[in-house]
Amino acid sequence: MRDSMRQLALTRFREFVREPEALFWALLFPILLSLGLGLAFRNRPAEMVHVGVVARRPADFAILESLRASSGVAAESLGADAARLALRTGRIALVVLTTETGGIVYEFDDTRPDARTARFLADDAIQRGRGRTDPVAVAERQVRERGSRYIDFVVPGLLGLGLMGNGVWSIGFTIVDARRKRLLKRFMATPMSRVEYLASFIISRFALLVVEVLLLVGFAALVFDVPLRGSLVELAAICVLSALSFCALGLLCAARPRTIEGANGVMNLAMVPMWILSGVFFSAENFPRVIQPFIQALPLTAVNDALRANMLRGAGFDVVGPELAIMLAWGAGCFVLALRLFRWR
Amino acid sequence: MANTALALRALHKSYGKVRAVTALDLTVSSGECFGLLGPNGAGKTTTIEICEGLLEPDAGDVEVLGLRWSADERALREQLGIQLQDTQLSEKLTVTETVRLFRSFYAHGPSVEEVIALVQLEEKRSARVGTLSGGQKQRLAVALAVVGDPKLLFLDEPTTGLDPQSRRQLWDLIARFRSEGRTIVLTTHYMDEAERLCDRVAIVDQGRVIALDTPRALIASLGAEHVVGFKFEEGTVVDEPSLRALDGVTAVRREADAFELTSEELRRTVPALLSHVERHGLRLAELHTHSATLEDVFVALTGRHLRDA
Repeated sequence: MRDSMRQLALTRFREFVREPEALFWALLFPILLSLGLGLAFRNRPAEMVHVGVVARRPADFAILESLRASSGVAAESLGADAARLALRTGRIALVVLTTETGGIVYEFDDTRPDARTARFLADDAIQRGRGRTDPVAVAERQVRERGSRYIDFVVPGLLGLGLMGNGVWSIGFTIVDARRKRLLKRFMATPMSRVEYLASFIISRFALLVVEVLLLVGFAALVFDVPLRGSLVELAAICVLSALSFCALGLLCAARPRTIEGANGVMNLAMVPMWILSGVFFSAENFPRVIQPFIQALPLTAVNDALRANMLRGAGFDVVGPELAIMLAWGAGCFVLALRLFRWR
Repeated sequence: MANTALALRALHKSYGKVRAVTALDLTVSSGECFGLLGPNGAGKTTTIEICEGLLEPDAGDVEVLGLRWSADERALREQLGIQLQDTQLSEKLTVTETVRLFRSFYAHGPSVEEVIALVQLEEKRSARVGTLSGGQKQRLAVALAVVGDPKLLFLDEPTTGLDPQSRRQLWDLIARFRSEGRTIVLTTHYMDEAERLCDRVAIVDQGRVIALDTPRALIASLGAEHVVGFKFEEGTVVDEPSLRALDGVTAVRREADAFELTSEELRRTVPALLSHVERHGLRLAELHTHSATLEDVFVALTGRHLRDA
């Protein structure tokens, strides 16, 4: 490598690591976001419903026994007043009372979903305890599959979001800042190669890319057990191609503005629609059918779809070909346009 | 024309309706330190940036070291050293890192350590640029201009905004570059800087060269070497022709109630002025004298001062 190329790349790298705030937003923020979302939307084990039995007669204790034998019901014996207090404060969802004639009364707030669940679970347990049989035989099969949870959906989205944000911001701000400070003009007054100047951004972007992807994917796999079903080499290739594509977008955003405010406006114009439309936090399928072709043509949609296909479904390049083509087209188009528009002085 | 480092012919440049440079001709010889002196907005920076190949003139011909920007940009960049007026270097890099970066752009030149020693920033070599004082930053900017061992050095307002000590350090540095045989073109609006450093000075005003010569010859063109400045007490009625007639006086200038006489010899003019004052029963509120400077040349040519022009 030529010394000038090495020095330019080192400069990019130094400028980045000596900015602690940038490090935080680029590397740690996506991880904190995935941690928060993973905890908020985690799949909880089926909860127990709490039932109070006002037990006065020996037969009432048989009811208590059959409730305790049922999975999913936590039953306790309470005095009548204590039971009503517990019901009002929400500690239990249902009070079971027996009548003089041997009948049963359920007291519950029918606007509470857990109370309705408690009523049916308790009734089922009590009736079975008295010998009820089902006319139709049923079996249960529980499905809690890795790969269909919210955290599995959102991690590839966050990865795509980071690839876009870090690509566009790291290039856009640095270039516009250099133009604003007349540093770009100063570089133009030297024999510096313009190609090397631009290449230095790509090199430093790749250095960060490795750290950024390994951190987030590693964290998601270790902490949330997010699946990595596709080829890791292909996953890396998707990340590299999307990083290049977003670098080109960042270069285009930075081609003209002379101020940070101007650059901010252009970058937001480019990225905000994709934050919303490209299926980062929820599926892009939720938007009306009319705008789907537009959404599908956005680079971040292509990146997110390709990442999800690889990580969650184990799909290969034969499946994500259209997405890769969209990334490539955006990258090449933005790069050519950026070079034509670029304000070097 | 091996002896000509820079030749500008019939240069024009406008920004919209504002004419920054009009029909400007200049020739700078090799080894010369050439100054463009003029007030802010005179067109100095526009002119020097056209020479540096950073601005396109609207019309006119630019020849630098016998080469042209259109054909030989790459070769020219290797041979020129440039310091721009308002570059902000990356604050997070150290002095050494910054010099090494710029040095890497040039095929030939001194070592990074030599350049740092040249501008006396050895003690600051590991300091971030953001922590340097104004004078140190400016010395670093000049260091970056010489990392490619340039034949021709362009310095745009190298000492503007600096304290007197930092200015003197930079003057020593520029004098040293000149003694090494480099050609230097600098812009300034400080007359003392131009007088002290430059072999020849072009006085620029409103995009034109209004005078061009050595500082000594420019001052001599006033026809007198000294200036006597004075004010009368308020309300005094003054007869200007009688002042012009005083012994040794070559010109009289009046600005509000302040007068300036240019004088061939102070020992003749000052006694004549004092006896004139006494004879007419006038009273002086102020009296001072100084040797004529380029400032006086500018005032004589434009009727304005450099600072407030």
